[in-house]
Amino acid sequence: MLKRGMAAVAALALASSGAAAQETVKIGLVLPMTGQQASTGKQIEAAVKLYQAQHGNMVAGKKIEVILKDDTTVPDVTKRLATELVTNDKVAFLAGFGITPSAMSTAPVATQAKVPEIVMAAGTSSITEASPFIARTSFTLAQSSVPMAEWAFKNGIKKVVTLVSDYGPGIDAEKSFSDKFKADGGTIVENLRIPMRSPDFSPVLQKVADAKPDALFVFVPSGTGAQFVKQFVERGLDKSGVKLIATGDVTDDDQLNGMGDAVVGVINAHNYSANHNSALNKSFVEGFKKANSGMRPNFMAVGGYDGMHLIYEALKKTNGDTDGTKLMTAIKGMAWESPRGPISIDPDTRDIVQNIYIRKVQKVDGELYNVEFDTIANVKDPVKAAKK
Amino acid sequence: MKAADSLARRARWRWPEIVFWLLALAAIAAPAGKHLILNEIAILALFALSLDLILGYAGIISLGHAAFFGFGAYAAGLICKYATADPVLGLLLAMLLSAMLGLLTSLLVLRGSDLTRLMVTLGMALVLHEIANALPQWTGGADGLQGMAVGPLLGRFDFDLFGRTAYGYSIVTLFVLFVLARRIVKSPFGVSLMAIRRNSLRASALGVPVNRRLIAVYALGAAYAGAAGALLAQTTAYVSLDVLEFNRSADVLLTLIIGGTGWLYGGIVGAFVFKVLQDLLSSGAPQFWLFWLGLFLVVLALVGRDRLHGLVRRAMP
Repeated sequence: MLKRGMAAVAALALASSGAAAQETVKIGLVLPMTGQQASTGKQIEAAVKLYQAQHGNMVAGKKIEVILKDDTTVPDVTKRLATELVTNDKVAFLAGFGITPSAMSTAPVATQAKVPEIVMAAGTSSITEASPFIARTSFTLAQSSVPMAEWAFKNGIKKVVTLVSDYGPGIDAEKSFSDKFKADGGTIVENLRIPMRSPDFSPVLQKVADAKPDALFVFVPSGTGAQFVKQFVERGLDKSGVKLIATGDVTDDDQLNGMGDAVVGVINAHNYSANHNSALNKSFVEGFKKANSGMRPNFMAVGGYDGMHLIYEALKKTNGDTDGTKLMTAIKGMAWESPRGPISIDPDTRDIVQNIYIRKVQKVDGELYNVEFDTIANVKDPVKAAKK
Repeated sequence: MKAADSLARRARWRWPEIVFWLLALAAIAAPAGKHLILNEIAILALFALSLDLILGYAGIISLGHAAFFGFGAYAAGLICKYATADPVLGLLLAMLLSAMLGLLTSLLVLRGSDLTRLMVTLGMALVLHEIANALPQWTGGADGLQGMAVGPLLGRFDFDLFGRTAYGYSIVTLFVLFVLARRIVKSPFGVSLMAIRRNSLRASALGVPVNRRLIAVYALGAAYAGAAGALLAQTTAYVSLDVLEFNRSADVLLTLIIGGTGWLYGGIVGAFVFKVLQDLLSSGAPQFWLFWLGLFLVVLALVGRDRLHGLVRRAMP
């Protein structure tokens, strides 16, 4: 089955290697523009546009054309669109992928057609293992929850209750945090889970209040963060001495400012803050806000921006050659300065290596930001690192 | 004799129908490029057809039809992984299992009125979704079921990247099941279903065993929905929790409403219109296509769906 598919693709590549096809390099950007994860799609699309506005659309003498498709947050649609982009539009890259199942369902297409799949958002560790043609520019959940555990233990937190949304990424966050925290010598008092839909936090918060831990570790998908923090404060838990620690999804830059003063003081670990102090980030945030009527870029946007950078640089390295295997060789080990700080692509796992920042929500010039105060440098995906 | 004649006349094939099926089957040999979306249309059409059997003919209203679709998809996925890689055998087994699920759950659905049925069907889909979410060792949970290596169709045709085999497989399955459904609804059994839909009290007074008929058609609808789910799983070699989402149930209802209920071609027409519109609109404006789709639905309702349907239905009853 694989062989025949590959032969077909090879024949196709031969047929399309005419002069006209060589002047444009197409990138198939498959994103959830509608459906549950529409905000992810919006952020990444804006970042991709910004990157092109800043860096032009010519690389190595070729014109870059981005074809945007909406997968409506449905994985089988993602796969169909990606396959059509490969077979009909003959794209040189597949990029985007808002949720893990979308990235996973497309993996066989990338392998079969030998087209690099640049994952700009989805965060489950195993994605990069699904195909040798996948590289990631976002983050893995363990990447932010393990450093959070490490930091917490070092800073005098010994007893923790975890609270996560009951779905794949939530369970990942719970496991990686708990394992690390226990290995360091801390105690996990209880692992609590809440349903994804219409979560009511009051019963679990009561349990937290009864358990009296040093800190409560939280992972909920970004939209739910505000609701959670509000209930946390309403129940007076912030004054009971229970520290709130989280992954940065909870205090997503996209929504942080609307969450109100209740979130001030939440400590969290993540790869990107719009408040990151570097010249590159300042110009990124400014350009992003200007082009999108004031919308603040979040960690999804930076994943999209860096994904485009990876594509541009890979093409420069191959001198415009769009052979998938050569592009993947170029991608492996690439290192550059991103708006989030220094990052690189691990040559072994094709996953991102990046700094994880410990941040505290604070008011800066009247707006809420995640202010970085500690850095854990060059964090590899802990799940894959542990396998070795 | 007269009744038999009238049944036979209703069951006769008209030429527009024959042309339609010839075109649909001929599309297998069309130049590569559109087979993937055609495959999706065929699967949605089969799914809508299954809903039409229970809603359009028997009048059982369901907001959770994705339960059977998703169940069939997971069944086919697991059968492929652990039992047999042969797609046709997998499809038949998935249909059988879905029919059994339909048989079991029909007991719940038959109790109560339309509103109760809405709640019960909706609830069942939610329960199955949660079960699939809670068993990651079997279903892959939120990451989706991976590692399906679907064997070649009939031992000869590999599933290719362009979707030609996938479309051929789906359209032939749709055709076979359509012919079967057509025979069923035009038989005395089908006529008795329509009598139940119009007035179940009167039907039972006439000696129609109402409950048994409803159970039978519900199980049949479940088997058809399971077949659609199995086709999706086998042709994409992937199953995610999404197959059990409420959106699926809502989309299929919408598809059927666009195409028209109580008419076997309704699901097919609806699926075609829905998917083609979605594809055209969303590649034109990936952010705003839902707006245009909504506008289309409003206009469709204002212009009078029945008038449009009347034109087509005269040709293809």
